Amino acid sequence: MGLVLDFSVVLERWHALLDGAALTLQLAFIAVVCGAVIGIFGAIGRRSGNVFVERLWGAYVEAIRNTPLLVQIFLVYFGLSSLGLQFSAFSVAAVALTINVGAYTTEIMRAGFDSIHRGQIEAAEGLGLSKAQIYWHVIIWPGIERVYPALTSQFVLLMLASSVTSQISAEELTAVANYIQSETYRSFETYIVVALIYVALSFIMRFGFWLLGLALFPRRRRLGTPL
Amino acid sequence: MGGALNINHLLFLGHGALWTIGLSAIALIGGGAFGLLVALGRVSSSRVLRLLAATYVQLIQGTPLLVIMFLSFFGLAALGFNISPLLAAGASLTIFVAAYLGEIWRGCIEAVPKPQWEAAEGLALSRTQRMVKVILPQAIRIATPPTVGFMVQIIKNTSLASVVGFVELTRSGQIINNSLFEPFLIYSIIALVYFSLCYPLSRLSRRLERTALQKKPSLA
Repeated sequence: MGLVLDFSVVLERWHALLDGAALTLQLAFIAVVCGAVIGIFGAIGRRSGNVFVERLWGAYVEAIRNTPLLVQIFLVYFGLSSLGLQFSAFSVAAVALTINVGAYTTEIMRAGFDSIHRGQIEAAEGLGLSKAQIYWHVIIWPGIERVYPALTSQFVLLMLASSVTSQISAEELTAVANYIQSETYRSFETYIVVALIYVALSFIMRFGFWLLGLALFPRRRRLGTPL
Repeated sequence: MGGALNINHLLFLGHGALWTIGLSAIALIGGGAFGLLVALGRVSSSRVLRLLAATYVQLIQGTPLLVIMFLSFFGLAALGFNISPLLAAGASLTIFVAAYLGEIWRGCIEAVPKPQWEAAEGLALSRTQRMVKVILPQAIRIATPPTVGFMVQIIKNTSLASVVGFVELTRSGQIINNSLFEPFLIYSIIALVYFSLCYPLSRLSRRLERTALQKKPSLA
């Protein structure tokens, strides 16, 4: 049989695809910002010296890193509703993705903070900086700077993984694709187009993080070290 | 609502768990074989091969596995190829895993100290001999910890095969949930099963990494 590909019916619905892509980026943005905050606190907690706090954060990280995102999403979705709380699919998706990326970010940031040389911290103590100042100026920012490429990769992976939230009918890009293919019967064309949009989104995200890195780490720019 | 969780449900979940393991094995073997080709392509002396392999990695690493899954199941069906869920899931995972393992292994091949390459060349080994007899045996040792770590990702990603109707662990949980309607309980059990599959591998990967760091080869 002859294969006839017809992309026009898919491309006709570009506004729906654009909406979906925007929602995907929005989900990724929320999860990245909240996940980064969780990651900083998590990494501080993981090296706090308090056994209980360390164990607690460790359990969170291991639980998330060793179970599939799909199952985590279902657990958050049904967990919240069994508590009698009604949220939109979008909020549930954002919460689940945040919990997920928070664990990975904790691990990455911990590696970054651990890579700060003991002597640097001692020097800061010798200069009479307070504990908060030491954390902020000597551990957090230089630590993040070192693991910035790893963080970027993790956040791009998260954006791609947000496609899974289509399973609880959050209206992001993959859900839009499912809808278009059920309407046009052009599944192959639809998913090819959507795959290419995801590739474009990940390039855009990488570029965005590269620009952000230039703004956040001027020292690195001066030294001429590439991100 | 449809009765309580009983032994038959648990047996069904166990059956699903076996398929999760089976699908992971398929993905590891298929993706590993294909991934080795990708890695060799990435370090090949031919510019065309390097470009092809790099494009493949970029495209697959920029696409969610879920979309690849849909593309091979619904997409190919719409084009007139009849594909079973097992074949679609296995093929998608193979394609996906190959891109990631290929990139991990390329790093490992390039991490073999430069003098080893030069020494092999100095001994007048051919390109193939150099790769097979000198570089790859050493690269395998470097590659073991990250590969074991990536197996955790493979196991977790097989859960996405549930969306094309392949009855692995997650899908069998959904099916049971449709009759019992105890989602929180059932997905907690499923999460626990995944955890008990993945956690030992995570631990093993970390231990291998530590021992590899301790007895770092004195060459280089």
